Amino acid sequence: MSEREMSERATPHQHATDAEASAKDDAPPEAHTETEARSDATATAEPAADAGSTAPVTTGAESVTRALEAAGVEYCFGVQGGAIMPVYDALYDADLTHVTMAHEQGAAHAADAYGIVSGEPGVCLATSGPGATNLVTGIADANMDSDPLLALTGQVPTGMVGSDAFQETDTTGVTTPITKENYFASDADTAGDAVGEAFALARAGRQGPTLVDLPKDVTTGTTDEEPAEGRLPETYDPPERADEAAVAEAAAVLASADRPVVLAGGGVIKGEASPELRGFATEHGIPVVTTMPAIGAFPEDHPLALEMAGMHGTGYANMAITHCDAMLAVGTRFDDRLTGGVETFAPEAEIVHVDVDPAEISKNVHADYPLLGDAGTVLAQLDDAMGDTAVESKPAGNTPAAGDAPAAGSTRTNGNEPTAESEPAAGSTSRVNDRYREWREQCQQWKEEYPMDYPRPDDEPLKPQYVVERVDALTPEDTVVTTGVGQHQMWACQYWTYREPRTWVSSHGLGTMGYGLPAAIGARLAAEDDQSVVCFDGDGSFLMTIQELAVAVREDLDVTVVVLNNEAVGMVRQWQDGFFEGRRMASEYPWVPDFETLAEGFGARGFTIEAASEVDSVMGEALAHDGPSVVDAHIDPGENVYPMVPSGGSNGEFVLAEEQL
Amino acid sequence: MSGGLQGPAPGERPQPAGRRNAQGIRIDPEVEAEPEPRRTVLSALVENEPGVLATISGLVSRRQFNIESLTVGPTTNPETSRVTLVIEEPEPGIRQVETQLAKLIHVISVRELGTDAVRRELVVLKVHGGSPEKVHAITEMYGGRTLDAGPRTITVEITGGEQEIDDAIDAFRQFEIREIARTGQTALARGEEWTTHAEEERYEQPEET
Ligand SMILES: Cc1ncc(C[n+]2csc(CCOP(=O)(O)OP(=O)(O)O)c2C)c(N)n1
Ligand SMILES: [Mg+2]
Repeated sequence: MSEREMSERATPHQHATDAEASAKDDAPPEAHTETEARSDATATAEPAADAGSTAPVTTGAESVTRALEAAGVEYCFGVQGGAIMPVYDALYDADLTHVTMAHEQGAAHAADAYGIVSGEPGVCLATSGPGATNLVTGIADANMDSDPLLALTGQVPTGMVGSDAFQETDTTGVTTPITKENYFASDADTAGDAVGEAFALARAGRQGPTLVDLPKDVTTGTTDEEPAEGRLPETYDPPERADEAAVAEAAAVLASADRPVVLAGGGVIKGEASPELRGFATEHGIPVVTTMPAIGAFPEDHPLALEMAGMHGTGYANMAITHCDAMLAVGTRFDDRLTGGVETFAPEAEIVHVDVDPAEISKNVHADYPLLGDAGTVLAQLDDAMGDTAVESKPAGNTPAAGDAPAAGSTRTNGNEPTAESEPAAGSTSRVNDRYREWREQCQQWKEEYPMDYPRPDDEPLKPQYVVERVDALTPEDTVVTTGVGQHQMWACQYWTYREPRTWVSSHGLGTMGYGLPAAIGARLAAEDDQSVVCFDGDGSFLMTIQELAVAVREDLDVTVVVLNNEAVGMVRQWQDGFFEGRRMASEYPWVPDFETLAEGFGARGFTIEAASEVDSVMGEALAHDGPSVVDAHIDPGENVYPMVPSGGSNGEFVLAEEQL
Repeated sequence: MSGGLQGPAPGERPQPAGRRNAQGIRIDPEVEAEPEPRRTVLSALVENEPGVLATISGLVSRRQFNIESLTVGPTTNPETSRVTLVIEEPEPGIRQVETQLAKLIHVISVRELGTDAVRRELVVLKVHGGSPEKVHAITEMYGGRTLDAGPRTITVEITGGEQEIDDAIDAFRQFEIREIARTGQTALARGEEWTTHAEEERYEQPEET
């Protein structure tokens, strides 16, 4: 106990900074995040002299917790249970904080969000059987979004595996298709090694979830083996620098294009390449579109920002990706919600695809110029190569991006101040391609033609878009937003102006209702103390994981949940109106709970908003409350999300109102 | 009903003339042609870890890869096995199988073998025992061997390329085939060429005993 209280340990952020500092000392200026990430791993994985518990390892469970400490893990999220009890017992003395969640799904989402905000794998724990299967949704979610996550599950003793023992589930079997890799710990001596490797793998290359299944005899088994440094498997070697000849070709394509667009994917944020992206786009004057997971990778108030493209993307983003003649796609897997029907996706564009995962190349959309490597490294390579092809060649020895852009790896820099006018200033950015001027003007014109302005009555009914806009205005710029899944999620994308990476935390690929609240808990613990955390939830989504409010209250976490309550699973209702002749089967409910009272019952603060005139005062009070609060905003139940590209449709034919469907 | 947003309606907007096919490849919209599937052999060198085979077959079925056969067996190195897959996919599909396999942690290296690769398959088939001489003659013709012969059944083995085996099976049909077991193709690159990229460094001289 005393050991735990007295121990002093660096936070992951400080670790990262230290590692960066040392990496930068002896590395060339173009050294990038991957290298930094690696040296970081080595730094944090060194036998943890400062990691509090120094007593020798005696059991498999202790080697598991020692491996977590050595990896620099600060928080883990989980639920107790029979098969995982030995690990929890070891946690009793370990130098990390365990947050007891109400449900394992919540533990997985909290860990996932922790990973998104911090960049380090979030850790979740569950017992065997139902504990493990309850994690599954969260693991699948992390897998779809390439979020770094480590799941530790208890398992029945090795001798009973395969006998359908009490609470036995084939956890590695169940999770194989939804993990980057999973491990079945085979003995006490190596259990900690497996955990160290799983952690290292979750954060390396294309990030993703890993899992270690821990049979009870392995965790209770005796060992005096300290876990080895968390090393990557020998067969894992993600590409770092793209082939120079391929880069030169791709740069030539971009340089000779007339209508280029950058499509930034979530990999830009995961690869800490936002500074390079900002530098590249502003330097060459290329408009930037993002996918949903990439929200925040490029400041949305920048003149070159066209914001999110795809099913509910902005009209101007969808016009730009439809009419571009060259696309620089970075760290994206061309999900169908982005592309619509591939037949009509960027049909005239030569595609340069930068990705760290070779399996994403030409998976959904053919890449004319694949560039394999780390997002930031390859953007810098491209920038160099573009310089060579530009009319005004840059002075030799001038390293790109790195010089003008904020340091790679820092997540909370302010980025480039958006310039007021749409044309980047000539002097400072001599490489801005004049060729693209007309195209930039075209994109600006689309911004004017397809504004996101929504019709709003003076007071009632309350418009969800207005609530989002006001909460954005009432909170600091670096506020972290989490969401459930549905219409409210889309309004949170569209009407909040994101400026920083790692401030948008959502369930993209899996679309998991119930993600928002547990994610807010994980985000809260990963965010800086002075950052605000707001969860926009739907009434339906909130009800799926509302029990985690108990955790937020117990842990006294300052999160504000704003329920955009339309008394319906609104996104389904919108589709029924559009595609099922308005037959609203199982989408509207005759009754929803009173969320204000419910929140108070949990011990949180509860509020209700009925009209626009109440938004500022009530939100002000809720945000000011230092602890969890829930605002039940009764919004216009008829409100729909536009623009909309019907699934499989053409992005250029987004509809702006129901009658256009 | 919600009001919707402003801006020209879909029909009032310019639309690009270009198009892609279902594989996401830009095509001439006038001559839309789907790429032809091609039958080919992939060889994967994998670590001998429990579950590798399950992971590979799970990957193949989950991603709907069109697979003809999958074989697995040991190599010169006790730590590795070779998995041979025969697939039939259009070009992008072949590259997907290759990269998705390579992405699995326990897969060391993957390569598509050239058309000149040495490919072999074994079939064991059991026919009714009515005409032993004729069965024997056909077995000889295909370079096979008789494994078991009784009054009621004769079991033979044939080894060969895919076409050869198909032909042999056709020839045996006249005797009424009771059962067939085929191994699926296994293959090596021809000549001095290593079958996959990591082969040479993993090569272990079999121990003399
Ligand atoms: C776990 C889960 N179940 C079902 C769905 C299907 N679904 C997608 S959006 C949606 C409606 C969500 O309702 P709500 O949370 O109230 O959000 P709203 O659309 O009303 O803003 C549903 C049911 C889903 N995405 N996730
Ligand atoms: Mg709702």
